[in-house]
Amino acid sequence: MIGDDMEKSTYKDLVKKHTPKEDSLLNGGIAFIVGGIMGVVAQLLIDFYGYYFSIPKSAAGTFMLITFIFLGCLFTALGFFDKWVTFAKCGLIIPITGFAHSIMSAALEFRKEGFVTGIGANMLKLAGTVIIYGIVSAYVFGILRLILGGAV
Amino acid sequence: MTFHYQNVYINETATIAGPFEKKGPLSPYFDKTYEEFYFGKKTFEQAESKLLEESVNMVLSKAEKTKSEIDLLIAGDLLNQIVSSGYAASNLQIPFLGIYNACASSVEGLIIASNMIDKNQIKNCICSVSSHNLGAEKQFRYPVEYGGPKPKTATFTTTGGASAYLSYHKSGIRVESATIGTVTDLGIKDAYHMGAVMAPAAARTIYEHLKDTKRKPDYYDLIVTGDLGIYGKEILKDYMKTEYQIDLKNYNDTATMIFDLEKQKDVHAGGSGPACAPLVTYSYLFDLMKKGKLKRVLLVATGALHSTTMVNQKLSIPSIAHAISLEVIE
Repeated sequence: MIGDDMEKSTYKDLVKKHTPKEDSLLNGGIAFIVGGIMGVVAQLLIDFYGYYFSIPKSAAGTFMLITFIFLGCLFTALGFFDKWVTFAKCGLIIPITGFAHSIMSAALEFRKEGFVTGIGANMLKLAGTVIIYGIVSAYVFGILRLILGGAV
Repeated sequence: MTFHYQNVYINETATIAGPFEKKGPLSPYFDKTYEEFYFGKKTFEQAESKLLEESVNMVLSKAEKTKSEIDLLIAGDLLNQIVSSGYAASNLQIPFLGIYNACASSVEGLIIASNMIDKNQIKNCICSVSSHNLGAEKQFRYPVEYGGPKPKTATFTTTGGASAYLSYHKSGIRVESATIGTVTDLGIKDAYHMGAVMAPAAARTIYEHLKDTKRKPDYYDLIVTGDLGIYGKEILKDYMKTEYQIDLKNYNDTATMIFDLEKQKDVHAGGSGPACAPLVTYSYLFDLMKKGKLKRVLLVATGALHSTTMVNQKLSIPSIAHAISLEVIE
C-alpha cells in the first residue's frame, strides 16, 4: 500500500542508503581555522584602535565590531562575500560578519520592491530571529543573574 | 490514467537557457543562451517572464505561424501565482491556460494539449514552461547574495524557457501516449533532498504507464526522468526494483545531463525546475531522435508540490510525475 507507515519507514532507509554524508569534519576544520583567524584579526583591530585613538578596550571593541559589520555589508554588496561564506561556513556565519551578511543580502534582494514594502519589510528576514532570541535570552540570563545574586 | 494518441505531433520546439546551462555540456543544442541573469529586465521575476515569452515567439517563428493562428497557449512556472506565465500570456494575447504541477508542469501541459488536439477540439497549441535560478532561490530559499552552505543533495534550479508547438500535422516528433500520475508522499520533509521526495512518484508513474500499455521497460530506448539529481536517480532505480520488481537499465535523468556535475560543483546534485526536463528533451534528445539514435523515449517529468509554508508547518512534501511517450515518425 503506497504511503502507509510501513512503507514510509522502509523508504526512509532506502533514501538513507543513497544519501551522501556531509563532510562534517572538514567543514568543522575550515570553520575552526577561519573563525580563529577572525578572532586574531579582531584582537589586532582592538589593539590598533586602542593605541591609535587612545580609547579604553571596551570602546575599541565596539570600533572593531563596527569595522566587521561594515566590511561584511560592503563585501556582500560587492557580490563576492557569499562565495567566502559558502567556503568558510560557520567561520564567517557565527561572527558578526554573518549577521551583517544576512541583513545586507536580504536588503539587496528586496530593494526593487520599494523602501517600505521591500527593504523595510524584508531586511530582517533572516536576522530577525537572531535579534528576537538574542533579546529574549539576554532577559532570561539577566533575571537568572539577579536571582543568583550576581547583579551589581 | 493512460491515453493513446493517433494524430499528435510536436512540430517545433524552442529552448532558451541561462548562464550556468550555457557552461554545461548541452550548450550547443539550445536555440539561444544568455550570459547573465537579467536579460535586460530589472528583476528576476520579470526576467523569467521574458524567457518564457521569448521562447513562445521563437517557436512561433520556427513554425512559421502568427499569434492569431494559435488556438491555445498552456504555460506554467514555479513563481507564486505562476506570474511568469501570466505576464507573458498578457503580452502574447493567445487564449491561455495557466497550469501548475511544479517541475512536472511541462509534461502536464503536453498531455492537456495532446488530448485536445487528438479530439480535434483545437488544431494547434503552444506548451511553455520557464524557471529562473535566482527567482526560485529568492522565493523558496535564501536571498541570492546570502552564502549559507547547502547539503550535497540540494539541486540547482535551471534558468530557461522552453516551448513546444503541437498540432495534428505529421512532422517532428510523435506523441504516442501519456500517463497522468498520482500524487505520492512517502514522508520526506527535507526540501534540500528533492530527489528523495520525487523518486516514488516517478516510480509509480513509470509502473502505471508500463502496466497500462502492457510494455516492458526495454520497449523504450530511453526512459528519462525530470529532475531527481544524481542521488535521486539511484533512489529511483533501487525503489523501482524493491517496490515494483522492475529493473531500469536504459534510464537517465535530465538533472544530471544538463550540467557537468564534475566541473560545475555549484549545482550540487544536478538541475531542477520546470525548464530542466524540456530544455534537455526538446534540444538534445529530440536531436538524437531526429538522427535516429533514439526511436522511443518515455519522458517522466517529476514535480515536488513544495511550499515553504507547509514545510514550516512540519508537513512532508507531496510529489507528482507525469509520463509522455515520444516517438520518431516512421
